[in-house]
This record gives sequence, C-alpha cells and structure tokens, in this order.
Amino acid sequence: MATTETTPGAPENPGAVAPVIEPPRKRTARTPRSTRTNFELFAWLFMRLSGIVLVILVLGHLLIQLYLDGGITKVSFAFVAGRWSNPWWQVWDLVMLWLAMLHGANGLRTVINDYAERAATRAWLKALLYAATVFTVLLGTLVIFTFDPNIS
Amino acid sequence: MSTATEDKHSAALDAAESGATQHVTFRLRIRRFNPEQAAEPVWVDYELSMDPKEKLLDALHKVKWEIDGTLTFRRSCAHGICGSDAMRINGKNRLACKTLIKDVLGKPKNGVYKPITVEPIKGLTVLKDLVVDMDPFFQAFRDVMPFLVAKGNEPTRERKQSIEDRARFDDTTKCILCAACTSSCPVFWNDGQYFGPAAIVNAHRFIFDSRDDAGEQRLEILNEKDGVWRCRTTFNCTDACPRGIQVTQAIQEVKRALITRRI
Ligand code: SF4
Ligand code: FES
Repeated sequence: MATTETTPGAPENPGAVAPVIEPPRKRTARTPRSTRTNFELFAWLFMRLSGIVLVILVLGHLLIQLYLDGGITKVSFAFVAGRWSNPWWQVWDLVMLWLAMLHGANGLRTVINDYAERAATRAWLKALLYAATVFTVLLGTLVIFTFDPNIS
Repeated sequence: MSTATEDKHSAALDAAESGATQHVTFRLRIRRFNPEQAAEPVWVDYELSMDPKEKLLDALHKVKWEIDGTLTFRRSCAHGICGSDAMRINGKNRLACKTLIKDVLGKPKNGVYKPITVEPIKGLTVLKDLVVDMDPFFQAFRDVMPFLVAKGNEPTRERKQSIEDRARFDDTTKCILCAACTSSCPVFWNDGQYFGPAAIVNAHRFIFDSRDDAGEQRLEILNEKDGVWRCRTTFNCTDACPRGIQVTQAIQEVKRALITRRI
C-alpha cells in the first residue's frame, strides 16, 4: 500500500493557505513588562459605555438630519445655524464628536495592535491615527464653539 | 482478514456480524518540515488503509512505524490526558488521540475521500514536522503564578473548602495545557505577546479558589497591556479546547473581577 508522493504546492482544502509560521515570539527578560495601570481596563470599559451612548446620539442625529422634516433637502447653512444657536444641540454634537472620535480611534488602536506585525509599522500607524484624531476633535470642537451664523 | 468491499447489500452489517473491521482507504496530508533539509515546509501525502473508528494518532503511528520513521510528533498518554499532541487537523486544533478518523474523514466523492490535513499548531515556532517550541506558551503560564499562594500559618490539617467554593473554579481545573486554545487565538498568532487563553484559564483556577491569597496579584498581572483586555471574544479557544472548558467564559469572568474590584 503506502504510496508516498510529495505535493509541495498547497492543497485545495482548509489548509490551502498554509500558515507561515513566524519566527520566535518569546517573552524574554527584555520584554517590556508590567504597565501597572488601569489604562486597558478603562479603554475596554469606555468602548462599551460610549458605544451605548453613541447608538442613541448617532441614530438621533441621523433621524433629524436625514429623515424628519423633509429629510436631507432641508439641511442648509441656515438649518445648521439655527440648530447651533441652541446649546442643547451644541452639546449633543460636541458629545457625539468626542465619543465617536475616541471610540473610533481606540478601535483602530486595537486593530493596529492586533494586526501590525513590525514594531515600526505599529508606531507609525498609531502616530498617524493619533494625529488625525487630535486634529479632527480639535477642529470640530472649535467649529461648534466659534460658529458664526453671520459669516458672509 | 477480509476487507469489506462494496457489496450490494449492507457490507457494514456483514462486517459487523463477522467481527471483521471495515477498512477504508484515505490520504493523510501532513505538513512536513525539517530545517536540516529544506527551509520551507512541504505537504506530503500518505495513503493509508485503516479502520475509520481508530484514532488519528493511530494513523500517525502507522505512518511513522510502517512508512516513514522520520515523521516527528509529540504524544505520550494517547488518551487525552497529557496534552502533548495538540495539532491542526483539517484546519481545527484538536488532540490527535481524541479525534477519530471517521469524524474528520467527511463523505467520499466518487468513492474517494478528501485528504485529512495535519499541521502543527499555529503561532509557535515549528522545530520539526508537528513539533513546535512550547517555551513562549509555558512562559505565559508561569507568569500567572499557577500554584497555591497562601498566607499565614500552615494548617495542621488539610485546607478545608466548601463544595460551593470548590465548584466556583471546577471548570478551569480540567486544563491539560495542550495549547490548543492559545494556538487557535488570532490575537496570539500576531505577536505572541498576549498571555493567551491557557494562561488565563490557569490564573482563573487560582483567582477564584477560596484558599488562595494571591488572586489580587494575578489580576494585576492580567490587567496588563497583554492581559485579558486583548481578548476579542472570538471563541476560537472554547471551540478548540479538548477538555470542553468554557475558556472564553473564564476570560470574561476575570475581566469582570477586574472591573468590579478596580472600580
Ligand atoms: S484550556 Fe483547554 S485547550 Fe487550553 S490548554 Fe487547557 S486543555 Fe488545552
Ligand atoms: S497523547 Fe496525551 S493527550 Fe494526546
């Protein structure tokens, strides 16, 4: 019986994309250890809590902007100006901006941590992410607070 | 001994009545790797004729003992106790000694079975064939202090525990450290720094043990950057565990303990 044949190519079943086994990933004495903070705990908790709040904020936002009162056609400079003259909508949009940006940024941070393989790639991607987050959050906050309805 | 053939009626019944085993012919496709011969692993097919009610480990033995003695794999007890023969069988982590051939053979197409693939577990360096370097795995295990730490005087009698207190961590006492869970975890695959389900399971076993006094310390260790918070609740670990441990649940319980104790 026992015919032995060599198939260097990939087989056609689940093992098809034969995983490349990476070089050693060891936890050595030099591996940075023990961050001893609750940062990851709070980040994890923040994702859950902000997610719940965002469901309400974002759905409410979409409902108002895209559906009620003629939907998207009503959205104009005057409409935005009118809403932001009301502190309620200012706070709504501010909270939504901050939560959505931090929630999204933290999500991407974990994605980068999980998928970036080289330390340098990881550092660059995160630097880019943090820069974009800070920029968007600051710019958005600035606009919400300094919005001038009389701008020509 | 006659091999049952494709007779017109109930070959299986005839075989059962005559006490003969019904052999099937199938291929075992093993991912072979020998760093002394080639830099890259290759898939090698072995044609076997065996009783499908035998274990996959028996098929590996047949290859090693009768076809190619250079095939290398770990096994010791052959009965699902020592945890040394976890491997990826048809893309899923299992113990070769707890997997019956018939359960991974599938249905034949035109009388031909698809080959059964066997690979080393993922995320750990392959040393040869199905043998991987388990050091990082056991390092994470050691890091959570998997032993009883008790303060105060040694009791003169045994350390008593109520049935309920014992039941609290019963599930996680069943771990045999086979690494099927950790090496099925996509977070571990990437950089191998995540503690991994097995280490957390073994920390859980002591964190929730009423006799143990170092629960806080272990929680502190698992609160780190590469601790429980990297878990994405993929449930691969629970699916992989040959002992049926609710691995993901154990991880979630550690997360909950951290949240309730820190906040
Ligand atoms: S938890 Fe299950 S899969 Fe993980 S090492 Fe223990 S026995 Fe193996
Ligand atoms: S050989 Fe011991 S668990 Fe499989």
